[in-house]
Amino acid sequence: MGIKLLLDKAHVEGIRSYEVYRREGGYRSVEKALKELGPEAIVEEVKKSGLRGRGGAGFPTGMKWSFIAKPEGVPRHLVCNADESEPGTFKDRYLMEFLPHLLIEGLIVSSYALGSNATYIYIRGEYAWIPDILEEAIAEAKANGWLGKNILGTGFDLEIYVQRGAGAYICGEETALIESLEGKRGNPRIKPPFPAVKGLWDRPTVVNNVETLAAVVPIINMGGEEYAKIGVGKSTGTKLISACGNINKPGVFEIDMTISVEEFIYSDEYCGGIRNGKRLKACIPGGSSVPILPANKLFKTAKGETRYMNYESLADGGFASGTMMGSGGFIVLDEDQSVVKHTYTLARFYRHESCGQCSPCREGTGWMEKILKRILEGKGKMSDIDLLWDIQRKIEGNTICPLGDAAAWPVAAAIRHFRDEFEWYVNNPELCLTSNYGLAHYADPLEVVTA
Amino acid sequence: MSEQQLFKVTIDNITIEVAPGTTILEAARKIGGEVAPPAMCYYSKLKGSGGKCRTCLVEVSKGSEKDPRPMPKLVASCRTTVMDGMEVKNITSERVVDARAGVVELLLINHPLDCPVCDQAGECHLQDLSYEHGNAGTRYEFQRRTFKKHDLGQYIQLHMTRCILCYRCVFTADQLTNKREHGVLDRGDHAQIATFIEKNLDNDFIGNVIDVCPVGALTDKTFRFKNRVWFLKPVNAHCDCPKCSGKVTLWYRGEEVFRVTARKDQWGEVEDWICNECRFDKKKTSDWVIEGPREISRQSVISLNHYVGMQKPKETFEAVMDGRKPRMFMDIHDVSEVNRPDVDLSLIDGPAHSDDFNKTNKKD
Ligand SMILES: Cc1cc2nc3c(=O)[nH]c(=O)nc-3n(C[C@H](O)[C@H](O)[C@H](O)COP(=O)(O)O)c2cc1C
Ligand code: SF4
Ligand code: SF4
Ligand code: FES
Repeated sequence: MGIKLLLDKAHVEGIRSYEVYRREGGYRSVEKALKELGPEAIVEEVKKSGLRGRGGAGFPTGMKWSFIAKPEGVPRHLVCNADESEPGTFKDRYLMEFLPHLLIEGLIVSSYALGSNATYIYIRGEYAWIPDILEEAIAEAKANGWLGKNILGTGFDLEIYVQRGAGAYICGEETALIESLEGKRGNPRIKPPFPAVKGLWDRPTVVNNVETLAAVVPIINMGGEEYAKIGVGKSTGTKLISACGNINKPGVFEIDMTISVEEFIYSDEYCGGIRNGKRLKACIPGGSSVPILPANKLFKTAKGETRYMNYESLADGGFASGTMMGSGGFIVLDEDQSVVKHTYTLARFYRHESCGQCSPCREGTGWMEKILKRILEGKGKMSDIDLLWDIQRKIEGNTICPLGDAAAWPVAAAIRHFRDEFEWYVNNPELCLTSNYGLAHYADPLEVVTA
Repeated sequence: MSEQQLFKVTIDNITIEVAPGTTILEAARKIGGEVAPPAMCYYSKLKGSGGKCRTCLVEVSKGSEKDPRPMPKLVASCRTTVMDGMEVKNITSERVVDARAGVVELLLINHPLDCPVCDQAGECHLQDLSYEHGNAGTRYEFQRRTFKKHDLGQYIQLHMTRCILCYRCVFTADQLTNKREHGVLDRGDHAQIATFIEKNLDNDFIGNVIDVCPVGALTDKTFRFKNRVWFLKPVNAHCDCPKCSGKVTLWYRGEEVFRVTARKDQWGEVEDWICNECRFDKKKTSDWVIEGPREISRQSVISLNHYVGMQKPKETFEAVMDGRKPRMFMDIHDVSEVNRPDVDLSLIDGPAHSDDFNKTNKKD
């Protein structure tokens, strides 16, 4: 059994209620943080922990916190990013649904560290039932003196507000989220200025992912140094992985980042292997925007070393032979799956979710979707594959926000690793509509992997 | 005033000193010429504009004296401020030229190059841009966006098919009028400029959206299609206006004032905003004090006039469409009163005038 820091109490009966959560040791970190540590020491602990943001980019949280501007007399804000709209990612939902008090606890400590007296949880509209759970937890916390005025007699005041989004992926991007919180259209802002200097209502703001903020609780409880001992290299602590696709046991798993990708897929503790005894074809390990990897590049790095479930190992080899940890949305494709179809589905998603501000993303995502659709329908041309490559290249890196990259990478990786499959669609127009392209048509059989 | 320390910045090997806080684009404009990146969405007079169209991307090959590392990605020059010792490549960077060509191709996906019938032709920034950076053909073979006609009221017509979503008109309406009534609806490539439930645009200063629109998406109903700009003579004039500065350019053809606009600088940006009354209602010479001819320095065909030799036009349609045959949606003679088949323009001495179309000018 791997170590569990976030989900260790998830299966305790009634843990959603304050009484049980408190009985199980909840809110200890608040006492320690407010009474013993003080804001600067909390930031120090988080820095020592090596915690990296769990929202996708993996930026060190302690460093991000230390960037927050502290102009005299200007309020600061903490915003919890609970928008979680990346396809394949559903770990934050699990955390909020089953352990709402863990998030509230993390929010109190983090707000205190950052000097935020008004903290917001921006939650995606489709999670319709979760705001009620969070609000109930907030009310309980307040009734027990963990929120409101003069918390624990320290003079620190804090209110936490839950704000529902209207259901737009782009509102997960931190500056678009801020715009949306301000009541405007969710268009990303042009950076700089960064939110740490000018964020919500032009005030210094930190935006952090749900899991990141929840992880602050064990960091304070056990101390940053102890936390950093879990994991490996710059991938410290534990990570929640939401696994889905053609596996036997989809779900949310807490891992310490020392297990191999192969073990994660095949061991019974985690995904439990590929469903129906099929073979593994490919995997998108970090949420839909990170590059897809074929099975033969997934378990071993380009140097032939074992690939592990952590930031560095997954990224090893760059985009040529590696991918990214991203948000931990682990999507597994078996031999019957068509990469072209999946790529089309993703392209459709990104096209629909582009905010439309910048020309490469607005027009490029739509164009890619149409070409992919044409290929799928058996009307594609060989030149379409190069055209797709060219379009994604013109989007990547040239847009206001990273949605452009998120739309470009899946297309690039699919062509890079599965070009022959695209060619198959072009060469077999009559079969496109009737067959689900999978390994059966695959010229170069993949390495067969056994646990 | 204390001496302000200036920042040295080198753009395409030309060095200039500018005040801290200056953007790369503004610094490049100070140098002028080809060094200045094109800008479709940035407008120096509008707060918060820029950053969206991505036509002004440049390569920063040296960050600053303190931190000489190059920037990994191309940056939007209109929203990136200079650092001391920064080195920037605009047209000298292959990456920039390539990316810009990409942006142009993408912009033209949902913008018809129907310059021959567009009211903005001759003053269009996208036309310049596609001429300078675009390819002869397009690789896009799908249906383009179409829109229901949307009436914006008595003064302004919207052609949504031509809009490139630069947001300039949205900023203008937001910042110049007391009541903002239009903005962007929907997302991605379905995004469109629209008013809130078919409202009119009739605020005192709303006419300025026509001047800021870089393409022919917003046009002046009192002028549109009445004439082509290159037949008009621009003249500076002013009047005593209680609402605005009253400083305008009148566009004459013969004795007739066809159009009134704000005065634009060489970057195509207005010098002073003008009110609706000056723009739409004062079309008589007697309404104005004439100052003299206006020199147009760029951003309009009338600044050119340096034709060298003569080139016979050749049929380019099929070549441009990659061998695909054009589909004709209409015959111009069916819909236009102006282009009457019995009027042969080549027989008219000098540019055609409205009178020419009233006479029957039969070929003989
Ligand atoms: C298009 C887009 C969507 C995003 N969606 C989310 C999201 O749903 N949840 C999230 O935590 N971060 C999301 N992010 C990342 C955030 O911008 C931001 O980096 C993150 O919330 C920072 O938190 P962290 O430092 O704790 O990782 C998204 C980014 C982009 C570009
Ligand atoms: S990259 Fe896409 S989502 Fe991001 S600002 Fe540009 S158009 Fe909007
Ligand atoms: S109508 Fe014109 S000014 Fe307005 S967004 Fe479109 S192109 Fe820009
Ligand atoms: S002018 Fe800079 S991005 Fe449009």
